[in-house]
Amino acid sequence: MSEMRGPESPYNFAYLDEGTKRMIRRALLKAVAVPGYQVPFASREMPMPYGWGTGGVQVTAAILGRSDVLKVIDQGADDTTNAVSIRRFFAKTAGVATTTRTADATVIQTRHRIPETALTEAQTLVYQVPIPEPLRFLEPRETETRQLHALGEYGLMHVKLYEDISRHGHIATTYAYPVEVAGRYVMDPSPTPKFDNPKMDDCPALQLFGAGRERRIYAVPPYTRVRSLDFEDHPFRVQRFDCPCGLCGAEGVYLDEMLLDDTGRRMFICSDTDHCEERRAAGHVGTEGA
Amino acid sequence: MLRPGFRDPVHDAQGVFRAVLDALARPGTVQPLATRLDPPAPLTPELAAIALALTDRDTPVWLDSALAARAEVAAYLRFHTGAPLTGDPARAAFALVREAGRCPPLSAFAPGTPAYPDTATTLVLALDTLEAGGGLRLTGPGIRGAADLALAPMPPGWPGALGDNRAGFPLGVDSLLTAPGRVAGLPRSTAVEG
Repeated sequence: MSEMRGPESPYNFAYLDEGTKRMIRRALLKAVAVPGYQVPFASREMPMPYGWGTGGVQVTAAILGRSDVLKVIDQGADDTTNAVSIRRFFAKTAGVATTTRTADATVIQTRHRIPETALTEAQTLVYQVPIPEPLRFLEPRETETRQLHALGEYGLMHVKLYEDISRHGHIATTYAYPVEVAGRYVMDPSPTPKFDNPKMDDCPALQLFGAGRERRIYAVPPYTRVRSLDFEDHPFRVQRFDCPCGLCGAEGVYLDEMLLDDTGRRMFICSDTDHCEERRAAGHVGTEGA
Repeated sequence: MLRPGFRDPVHDAQGVFRAVLDALARPGTVQPLATRLDPPAPLTPELAAIALALTDRDTPVWLDSALAARAEVAAYLRFHTGAPLTGDPARAAFALVREAGRCPPLSAFAPGTPAYPDTATTLVLALDTLEAGGGLRLTGPGIRGAADLALAPMPPGWPGALGDNRAGFPLGVDSLLTAPGRVAGLPRSTAVEG
């Protein structure tokens, strides 16, 4: 028998039953073997609504071991409702250590950012995915999108990006920006800001994606080519910010806009709260930092 | 008398899975595989551990002739996993091979379908030697630059057959290579040179 977490824990380790974990684990292995391909899995009802990360939670539950250290972020922040709930869920049902420090975590579940601190080979990043099918809004039928993936026929996606250009003069897609994985499958990177797309490329960490409502699991192995789709005359570019983080002065990071009062005063601060806190602890101060 | 399975079903299975996941995600690395199992011969503890961790009634399992020849092996796997045993390698979700030197060709196993390449067989081989460095040169997803992996005995037709397997990507068989206390992965995405 596995030991209980507390004298009368009513939960199996990490909530899911062992049969469900086995099913998810098999899906994960095939997802790793075919990078970017969406493996169907029998997604379970979880004690949280769809849209709150049930796919990511199931992937995390299937991989988590006693010695793992879990970090959960919601748009870069460790302290928002979704992140706090999921972290407490696993602290309660698996008894694992949790952290907000990126460098201390072995498993990081995210909706939907990639931490600013570079990930390592010892880490696994688990994405919560709402709509895993990059072609879904172009072709609603699953039978057809599955065929398009089988044929490697992604012209539709390029038409969509081209229509952006003809309408806006540039590719206006800023999040869930489609990527090609290992030269074969086109994949939805989940609604991460496209700012983070380059971090997926050649990443030392294993990246796993879980979509609970849509019942799909997919993966990007470490050190795998992840190319954001673009055109020769309209190459892929990430967002640029005009000012550094108001609190820690960081440049080249993804910033959130904060409204300060009802006269429209605002400031831009790091979306990655851990990164910002560590910089401030190290003595960096932005223009609005105290 | 039936031999026992995992001493701690939850955490032993998790440990085996993570070793296998790391092995497949990082081809060319050799991962430690702690089993704490004493299965009936000629089933090795590593083959048994992977079967117990990953197979159940949803996964037809194929046994090579060395394993199929011993009724204790089938009884052990049936009792601990509930997995149906199949005589047809093309129907197997997992294929356990004790004698790698007599392994059937990769084309005998299920490669998956274009719409569902995840329905391919996972081949699990017991080897005598499995070392990082020397031997085969591996490139592809999960590998930083290139990696080398030495294995023995070499299944018939390898490494040429692995090249054919790679050429069929995204279809193809994924292999898990085991030796005492260790596991390595050769997913279909890996390009192999002798």
